[in-house]
Amino acid sequence: MKSRLDEQTIALRAAGEFTDGSVVNLGYGMPGLCANFVPEGRTVFFQSENGILGYGSLATDTEKDYEMINASDQPVTALPGMCFFDSAVSFDMIRGGHVDIVVLGAYQVSEKGDLANWGRPGRPATGMGGGMDLAVGASKVIVTMLHTTKEGEPRILRECTFPLTARQCVDLIITDLAVIEITRDGLVLREIALGWTAPEIQAVTGAELISAADLKEIEL
Amino acid sequence: MPVNKVVNNCDEAVADIPDGATIMIGGFGSFGGLPINLIVALANQGARNLTLIANMGGVGFELSHRIKPGGYQDLGILFENGQVAKFIGSVPALGGMPPTSPLERLHNEGKIEIEMVPQGTLAERIRCGAGGLGGFYTPVGAGTVIEKGKEKKVIDGKEYILELPLYADFALIKAHHADTLGNLVYKGTARCFNPVMAGAARITIVEVDKLVEPGQLDPEVVVTPHVYVDRIVEVPG
Repeated sequence: MKSRLDEQTIALRAAGEFTDGSVVNLGYGMPGLCANFVPEGRTVFFQSENGILGYGSLATDTEKDYEMINASDQPVTALPGMCFFDSAVSFDMIRGGHVDIVVLGAYQVSEKGDLANWGRPGRPATGMGGGMDLAVGASKVIVTMLHTTKEGEPRILRECTFPLTARQCVDLIITDLAVIEITRDGLVLREIALGWTAPEIQAVTGAELISAADLKEIEL
Repeated sequence: MPVNKVVNNCDEAVADIPDGATIMIGGFGSFGGLPINLIVALANQGARNLTLIANMGGVGFELSHRIKPGGYQDLGILFENGQVAKFIGSVPALGGMPPTSPLERLHNEGKIEIEMVPQGTLAERIRCGAGGLGGFYTPVGAGTVIEKGKEKKVIDGKEYILELPLYADFALIKAHHADTLGNLVYKGTARCFNPVMAGAARITIVEVDKLVEPGQLDPEVVVTPHVYVDRIVEVPG
């Protein structure tokens, strides 16, 4: 049987990349779920564009406080050592390389690591928010997304066709089907979902994949 | 700088905003830090043909019901009212099912102009406006549609684009506490764009939860010094 990771599980896999002591920013939508999956024994400092460093997990309904939110307008919980700052300081932090990891959603990623995550045909008014700044400034860019569109078209392509967020910025792609690393040699298929083979993943990918020597099932 | 900056209510605070004004509006998204009482007063006042500079375009009252039961007001009211000619910001609309904002609907109908600015670039352009700088070079937007028509420069082997300052006629911002001089402190993530916009306009108007006397705010924790503030309205939360 072929399985697909659901959004929570993709977020869980992405959070596995958070190293101890890292400063991490979570983008709009699915990446926000990563706040609930910090690996045990690791300390992660979550940064959000609206001016907060060191918040905890997403808040439950009873804890909701709209003066304690992340950039996706989701209420978050407080942790000791947390601090606040304004938007200009927040983006100094982001552009200046002080954020170690950012997890972003995407419409498309190219084989060179170009990212398209803010605009698509027929929607000229959707904005990039802080996505361009994060894609350029963060040391490591992780993309979480579904492997294909609803119509089954690949989202990982030789060239992006949607407006770019930034060029050559993505390091790792985590989808419902695979974990793919972007290297100088090309796209390296590292992990695949239960029940899938490398040729089957290649068939739903719009760029050439190189199978890693130690290709394995997605590790959670 | 006026000696007495405290005004009685939001209606009085925004009464002299004329048609065609450029207005910065603080906050971030729909919640936390939006000067919502000043925004509603501006909606009632009715000034038209405005240019708004804000991070987000808001979702508007009609669409807000699908986010929070009972709905809420945000910046969207000014678009629903047809008061805005141009929007400068980073999130005119969200990527969900369209249309996600009254601004997006008006833009699709060709009734409003949008200048899309990456969020960090927006903050920095406003800071330049408040701080008397002529602009800055940023790597953000290089190699994308954002670089169109802008000067490019390679510094230490990296490509940068020139971004110019933003300055407004009025800035409407939200703070937690003010003293009567206009020193401001904020609460939590409601700080966001508010301190950045203070002073980036000819007249900065702040809405606060509580007004106190000079000396009652710890000078070590004041975020916005009073020179940047021209009018203060207390709206008890």
